[in-house]
Amino acid sequence: MTRVHVRGGRLVDPKHGVDRPADLYIAEGRVAGIASAPRGFEADRVVDATGLVVAPGLVDLAARLREPGLEYKATLESEMLAAVAGGVTSLACPPDTDPPLDEPGLVEMLTRRASSLNLARVYPVGALTAKLEGERLTEMAELRDHGCIAFSQAEVPLADTQILWRALQYAATFGLAVWLRPQDPHLAKGGVAHDGEVATRLGLPGIPAFAETIALGAIIQLVRVTGTRVHLCRLSARESVEMIRAAKRDGLPVTCDVSAHHLHLSELDLGYFDSHCHVVPPFRSQRDREALSAALADGTIDAVCSDHTPVDDDAKQLPFGESEPGTTGLELLLPLTLKWSREARLPLVQALARATSEPARILGVDAGHLGVGAPADVCIFDPETYFTVAPSGLRSQGKNTPFLGYELPGVVRWTLVAGEVRFERG
Amino acid sequence: MQLPDAEALCAELVKKLRPAVTPATGMVGIHTGGAWLAERLHRELGLALPLGRLDISFYRDDYRKSGLHKSVKASQIPFDVGDRRLLLVDDVLYTGRTIRAAMNELFDYGRPESIALVALIDRGERQLPICPQYCGATLAVPKGKMLRLDRNDAGRLSLRLDDA
Amino acid sequence: MRNPQLNANGELAHLLTLEGLPREIIVRILDTAESFLGVTEREVKKVPLLRGMSVFNVFFENSTRTRTTFEIAAKRLSADVINLNVSTSSTTKGETLLDTVDNLAAMHADMFVVRHSQSGAAHMIARHVGPERHVINAGDGRHAHPTQGLLDAYTIRHYKKDFSALTVAIVGDILHSRVARSLIHVLNILGTPEVRVIAPQTLLPAGVESLGVRVFPDMRRGLAGADVVVMLRLQNERMGGPLLPSAQEFFKYYGLTPEKLALAKPDAIVMHPGPMNRGIEIDSAVADGPHSVILPQVTFGIAVRMAVMSILGGA
Repeated sequence: MTRVHVRGGRLVDPKHGVDRPADLYIAEGRVAGIASAPRGFEADRVVDATGLVVAPGLVDLAARLREPGLEYKATLESEMLAAVAGGVTSLACPPDTDPPLDEPGLVEMLTRRASSLNLARVYPVGALTAKLEGERLTEMAELRDHGCIAFSQAEVPLADTQILWRALQYAATFGLAVWLRPQDPHLAKGGVAHDGEVATRLGLPGIPAFAETIALGAIIQLVRVTGTRVHLCRLSARESVEMIRAAKRDGLPVTCDVSAHHLHLSELDLGYFDSHCHVVPPFRSQRDREALSAALADGTIDAVCSDHTPVDDDAKQLPFGESEPGTTGLELLLPLTLKWSREARLPLVQALARATSEPARILGVDAGHLGVGAPADVCIFDPETYFTVAPSGLRSQGKNTPFLGYELPGVVRWTLVAGEVRFERG
Repeated sequence: MQLPDAEALCAELVKKLRPAVTPATGMVGIHTGGAWLAERLHRELGLALPLGRLDISFYRDDYRKSGLHKSVKASQIPFDVGDRRLLLVDDVLYTGRTIRAAMNELFDYGRPESIALVALIDRGERQLPICPQYCGATLAVPKGKMLRLDRNDAGRLSLRLDDA
Repeated sequence: MRNPQLNANGELAHLLTLEGLPREIIVRILDTAESFLGVTEREVKKVPLLRGMSVFNVFFENSTRTRTTFEIAAKRLSADVINLNVSTSSTTKGETLLDTVDNLAAMHADMFVVRHSQSGAAHMIARHVGPERHVINAGDGRHAHPTQGLLDAYTIRHYKKDFSALTVAIVGDILHSRVARSLIHVLNILGTPEVRVIAPQTLLPAGVESLGVRVFPDMRRGLAGADVVVMLRLQNERMGGPLLPSAQEFFKYYGLTPEKLALAKPDAIVMHPGPMNRGIEIDSAVADGPHSVILPQVTFGIAVRMAVMSILGGA
């Protein structure tokens, strides 16, 4: 194991409220010292972080790696490289692989393959129901023992509230967390865009905001009854923010996240049917976007994630309603979070918490911080340099992003995982 | 340069045409200047059949290069073209392409017995083998200029030289 | 964002939607259409304008009547016409939409007339083939049917002359109607002061007022003093489900009968994009009556399509 001295950087560690010039000393894959070298430390490698921010590696709550089964869209190799290139050192992957992650064998195969690549750490989210079909519960305890940190339905709706209730009860029995994207499938049926003025003009079938809030209301009620730890994924409507605020005030064990792209885009960005803006949940109105941004700033929304979803060109080059929804995001999580922090006028140390210590707390893992003894997962980046988003610059196989051509701040120079350099920008 | 008096030329054309017209004669003027001239000739000659007007925009040979002409008017031939002797009227005869287009259009209405061309001014520089049977005057127009017929509110005709 | 319908010279290169089109372009199309009306009176019912050009009717969604009017329009301009009913051929074999379009472009198509069940399909195809080849949207999902909007505007102009004092009422399934959206856009661009939509709430899209219309759930109030009444076709599948209970109730409250029509102005005209569902949205007495201009709409439709093709073909 290498001993690394990260010299001359600005250390930003949100969990410990640190934002000051300080060197970092790494040994045996962990943070050995901050500001001053531990006694007898001799560096095998020195990383010159002059003018750069030294932060915990980002923790991404949702990144689709497309393995197993969807390898024509992307592979573990390409997406893990994309992750470290984006400064992401821990990520949770949703269970909607093919087949879905509903069996211990599949989960183990995934975690083994991921760790053999020695890049970012992968935390699988297991399927809540068998095949995600919403009928039979999975062996959640067994799946937890094989590495699943939570259970979800990914994008597959669970309309049967009886099953939802029982799944929450079962998870609570073992102290397991359930991650849910609130969407009423009947109200959302056939919809591809936010049901508002833009969809009306473009003639696109709409998903009303109340498809989210009605489902959210049901989930919150069930949490009151079962006490399950529930994480709500990808909020999109301002009314949802209000409901979460009230639920937290009542002391319910709920957390939530927003995807980085929803902080910046609204229904107006659909333009002339740009299928890169076909995402779930849809981009809603300007007011919704502003509410999401403010909620992430004040902590009502706990974390920001990439919702990384590589989609092949063929599936995007179709009329809007027929195109496959989703946007690539691992390499844009940091830049979009930085851009958001500047617009929200939030100090870097507070903004970065939403992509490091907070998601780590939700995952329940020791990550997203750089206290002494912490795993040395580090993201060293230049916050002042801007780059233009282009397909050639993305390591992910998914080039599908609505931010193509945008100038964004934040260029990652080094990413370390367990104290080893896993990405270095040439 | 000194431009001829359009009113005087018009009167001369009327004199030349009078022996040639019969109650069966059909007159067709080409928009816009040719139609104005034809209206005057039609009235002065007291022709029996109503006047026809042609817009040749759909028959021009420069469609691919220049696109559809900005303002298109409707063509109206209120008599049967078939087996009829026609007088085709235009204000300024130049390359001959307008007349070619007009004749093609006339033949889509029917098969005339004959077509005689009436022009107020022949400015030469023909690019097609076309010539007028009745002509007011010949006039050489300087390079880069266009000769146009004007009609004021009182109906008075005059010639004008514009930049091309 | 540059209007994708205009080329670098600001000329119309595609006709995809009426929304955002400059007023001058619309007026020019209507004026040009007027000069085409006389063509059918002649011995040779054609003009040679598009001679040597190929017009491909690419219909991903079936429609014999619309396709036929485009075919007639193209042939009257002396173009060569190829009809492709793509729903039954290549795409079912797995060929992508853009591959199909590329293949057709390679066969030297100059102009594509496209109808598709998905909103935005025509925009996508136009982006792909570029401004040298021209795309005419013959209907995409619920989004737009620009030639229908233009022929509706032509019809209204023909009978009413001046838009600046008109009240136009559009009745029926606004939610699913590309005809309604295109008509609303063109009426607003031409300065119509009062555009009304008349429909039950289930058939109105979210925020419909933002399109520039007043909503009237009550048909009698909505027809009061109208100069133009446009009836939309109600498709069978909309009835007996979550949107409408039955054809009978719809006809009773939203169908156009002589008695309801009497609430409009005495010289009001009645329009319909066709095909009509007699007894569902419109009573036969009205469809065949003195206020109806439904048949002239068809004639005007051919002239309008000729105008669109001749303007595009020269760009």
